[in-house]
Amino acid sequence: MKVTKDLVAASATPMVLGILAEADSYGYAILRRINELSGGELDWTEGLLYPLLHRLERLGHVEADWRSVAGERRRKYYRITDSGLAELAEQRRQWDTVVDALKEIWRGPDGSRSLIVFPSGGLA
Amino acid sequence: MTNGPDELEAQFAQWRQYVQRRRELREPDADELEDHLRGSVDELLTAGLHPDEAFLVAVKRMGSLDDLSREFAREHSERLWKQLVLAGDTDGPAATTRSRRDLLGTLLFAVGAAVSVKVPELFGANPDEDGAFYAANASLLVLPWLAGFLAWRRRAAPALIGVLLALFALGAVAANAYPLAEESQSLVLTSIHLPIALWFAVGLAYVADDVRSARRRMDFVRFTGELFVYYVLIALGGGVLIAFVFGTFEAIGVSPEDVMARWVMPCGAAGAVVVAGWLVEAKQSVVENIAPVLTRLFTPLFTVALLAFLVTFGVTSGVIDVEREALILFDLLLAVVLGLLLYSISARDPLAPAGLFDRLQLALVVSALAIDVLVLLAIAGRITEYGTTPNKAAALGENVVLLINLAWSAWLVLGLVRGRAPFAALERWQTAYLPVYAAWAWIVVLLLPPVFGYL
Repeated sequence: MKVTKDLVAASATPMVLGILAEADSYGYAILRRINELSGGELDWTEGLLYPLLHRLERLGHVEADWRSVAGERRRKYYRITDSGLAELAEQRRQWDTVVDALKEIWRGPDGSRSLIVFPSGGLA
Repeated sequence: MTNGPDELEAQFAQWRQYVQRRRELREPDADELEDHLRGSVDELLTAGLHPDEAFLVAVKRMGSLDDLSREFAREHSERLWKQLVLAGDTDGPAATTRSRRDLLGTLLFAVGAAVSVKVPELFGANPDEDGAFYAANASLLVLPWLAGFLAWRRRAAPALIGVLLALFALGAVAANAYPLAEESQSLVLTSIHLPIALWFAVGLAYVADDVRSARRRMDFVRFTGELFVYYVLIALGGGVLIAFVFGTFEAIGVSPEDVMARWVMPCGAAGAVVVAGWLVEAKQSVVENIAPVLTRLFTPLFTVALLAFLVTFGVTSGVIDVEREALILFDLLLAVVLGLLLYSISARDPLAPAGLFDRLQLALVVSALAIDVLVLLAIAGRITEYGTTPNKAAALGENVVLLINLAWSAWLVLGLVRGRAPFAALERWQTAYLPVYAAWAWIVVLLLPPVFGYL
């Protein structure tokens, strides 16, 4: 099962911001982390990730700089800013609302079970 | 099978070349994507793949560059609009220092031109009264700065700078040494032809790096057209600014007329020449050339107008009134037709086969030639009847110079349309002919006044 494009796109921002909130990172590592978190179910492409990172940079949610970490190549690292953290909190609030509502629906009146896997890895 | 690290590096280099061809992807983006690709390749290598296999898989995973650039274009749509970066380019510190140095140099030369316009006043010239002096010398005050600017940018050889200095000195002699009366025909002719003559000196500075190259000469033609367009645009902007200054100052009861007329307008007009030159240099590859676009628009219109004139002339069997104004008018017409031809040549793909536009151009040139022959016959009759004057000699000379060019061009365009001659022949003819205009302009400025006894 692959998650649809629209859903991937909608969850992209909180996911990237969430990963950057853990630690500064660079494009390739972010993509690998997303793969890891979703068990390969989220179909992220470079064409989604990099333009998104650049947009977040333009909006001031992240900052980028070229760093040389010992023993590795020079890489463009992204760091989340205060405004990025605020944005993440806001996104998280919205996602929680959506997820709670969906859970409520899917649990059914008898509160038995969840029917569907929801890609909420980035919010964990 | 090749799988050495060198081979892998070569593949990265090749991939980078593809990336750099995309306008949506800038240098830092290419760095970032390359790093991503390398990360991917490293992982695959650890998994046991051969380097070239790893590279192929990694590239495949990244997806097609088309998709990638489309996604980048969505975030960076401004990159599809070619922007003219004036200073502080993001492509690295070297480029930044260079563009800053450029900007500073431009400012220096522009200020030089602006100040020069005011210098004659130090020696007692009065812009309100010495109109004749200013008319003859205006180009001498401004164009050396543009030529200097270009020579500076191209690091011209000392010999060439010497030639430029000599040409401008010669121009100064022509404008001031002859005893020309204020209302003499020769003075008017000098005022018109000296700028043309000096413009070719600017051209010499422009082609400083390779004086004989036909390509560089054609670049100068393009430069001229673009500079004209930019200058007009700057002048329009300046007009708006001046209108606002007048309006706002007069609203508080202060008349800015004196400052504006004596300082802002003349200095601005002079400085703008250098600024326009710099803009053309800076934007060369950034913005589409506008002169050829205008050419495309107006070639059909002029062709129709000329054909209509010829038909009307034939139907009414009228007589061309060959007064001085008519002579100048028809000279200008030829110049415009030549300009249309020249600028479409400047923008044409040399290898493209002859198309409809080339036929249209042939019609334009031939009808202009037909009209000109009619005019020339009329003038020749008048000159044999009444003798000649400096004006008639200059106008006639111009007519002949343009006529020769257009006649041979028509022949070459005909060859092109019939597929017998390559386009390059037409281009070569035009660039080789450029010095002829310069020579004629200098003849008018230097030789005609003494020949006609400073009439």
